[in-house]
Amino acid sequence: MKTQHLHYLPETPSQTAGPYVHIGLIPHQAGFDIFEKNFSNSVVSDGTKGERIRVEGRVIDGAGTPVRDVLVEIWQANAAGRYNHPLDRQEDKAADPTFRGWGRTGGDFQTGIYTFETIKPGAVAGRAGRGVMAPHINFWIVARGINIGLNTRMYFSDETDANARDPVLRMIEHEDRRSTLIGQRSARDGATVYTFDIYLQGERETVFFDV
Amino acid sequence: MDGQKDFRIRDRQIPAQPEFVARDRSVHPPAYTPEYKTTYLRSPQRALLSLQNSLSEITGPLFGHGELGPLDNDLILNYAKDQEPVGPRIIVHGHVLDGDGKGVPHTLVEFWQANAGGRYRHKNDSYVAAIDPNFGGCGRTITDENGYYYFRTIRPGPYPWRNFASSWRPAHIHFSLFGSGFAQRLITQLYFEGDPLIPLDPMIRGIPSERGRESLVALLDMNAQVQLDTLAYRWNIVLRGSRQTLFENKLQGN
Repeated sequence: MKTQHLHYLPETPSQTAGPYVHIGLIPHQAGFDIFEKNFSNSVVSDGTKGERIRVEGRVIDGAGTPVRDVLVEIWQANAAGRYNHPLDRQEDKAADPTFRGWGRTGGDFQTGIYTFETIKPGAVAGRAGRGVMAPHINFWIVARGINIGLNTRMYFSDETDANARDPVLRMIEHEDRRSTLIGQRSARDGATVYTFDIYLQGERETVFFDV
Repeated sequence: MDGQKDFRIRDRQIPAQPEFVARDRSVHPPAYTPEYKTTYLRSPQRALLSLQNSLSEITGPLFGHGELGPLDNDLILNYAKDQEPVGPRIIVHGHVLDGDGKGVPHTLVEFWQANAGGRYRHKNDSYVAAIDPNFGGCGRTITDENGYYYFRTIRPGPYPWRNFASSWRPAHIHFSLFGSGFAQRLITQLYFEGDPLIPLDPMIRGIPSERGRESLVALLDMNAQVQLDTLAYRWNIVLRGSRQTLFENKLQGN
């Protein structure tokens, strides 16, 4: 007979961010200014250490159409591979107080293109300090029609060896799907650009994670 | 013990791996909910790949009070030009909790909503109801050390949308939450007790359980009203629990 009960609280259910998510999270894109300080797609400041990069792409629906009302957030380690958070205890890697490592932006209302100005992160220790994860940027995607935020990662096309050893990429059973997580490096107008298109459905559907 | 580590004491400790308990996906609407038609082309078709937490998931952005302005949690005043906005004045308050019932301290909470007529201040909203020149419709705050939050606003109105020929959203406020790690990131919506549109709404109906649907409904809280001035609603939000908080202060060396 059961005489005791566990009283863990269930998580509050997710609901879609809706078409007007910009009002709350990036009001300038909704068409007005209200806050003194705004969060933005620029993750770097002048003193930030590391290679400046631009990350851009589109989120594409099952009909091949860009999701133009999407909101994208990124979370990443600094150039040394350390997160700006007290639970990151990789004491051998330098902290960079100028770099929070988080940014948000919306898809362009015409083209659907999102853009981040950031730095290329370093490699981060794997789960429980075992092994090394290849440099990557964590993505979180919400939009009208997305009932619960989607988690994925962008890895870097010029990190072939590190990617081949990455414990998360190696977990993807179908090897051809690993390529859906690789941002492609190119040079444009003197800037380093990684292009990372995210496919919600279809043959090229991006690998999304249950984290 | 020169050159040798003694693992015996450490091995007797309960490992307090800092990680979140696995997300119970059954409390959330699935990615594809047919009644909400936009999900048809925007829902992943393949199974999510389940990851054990690494540093990438247990860490997340932290925010300080210095990043917010003094009126950021007052939607009655934060966009008021020559007078205050039209509509019922309300306070919304409650706690952000984790799965163990503990408050989530110092976490950013953001919110946005339509005005009292059901119109959003957004370049893509063309609903016939008027824009309120004194209402922006967004705000943000940071929970206190106990996970408590509050803000003041105007009760939003319902509005129609093209899902079925004319579906109506119940009055609602959108919420964005962070917690302490990026794996806790959550967006959801608050609804108001007694709104007859709630059981008709395709987004709410996507939530599998009655308990889950009810957990999004804020309760009228007469005790928290400002007399002869402002009504109040109370709503708690629960983020994913952390194994870390279960064991913190009980173990060393974690």
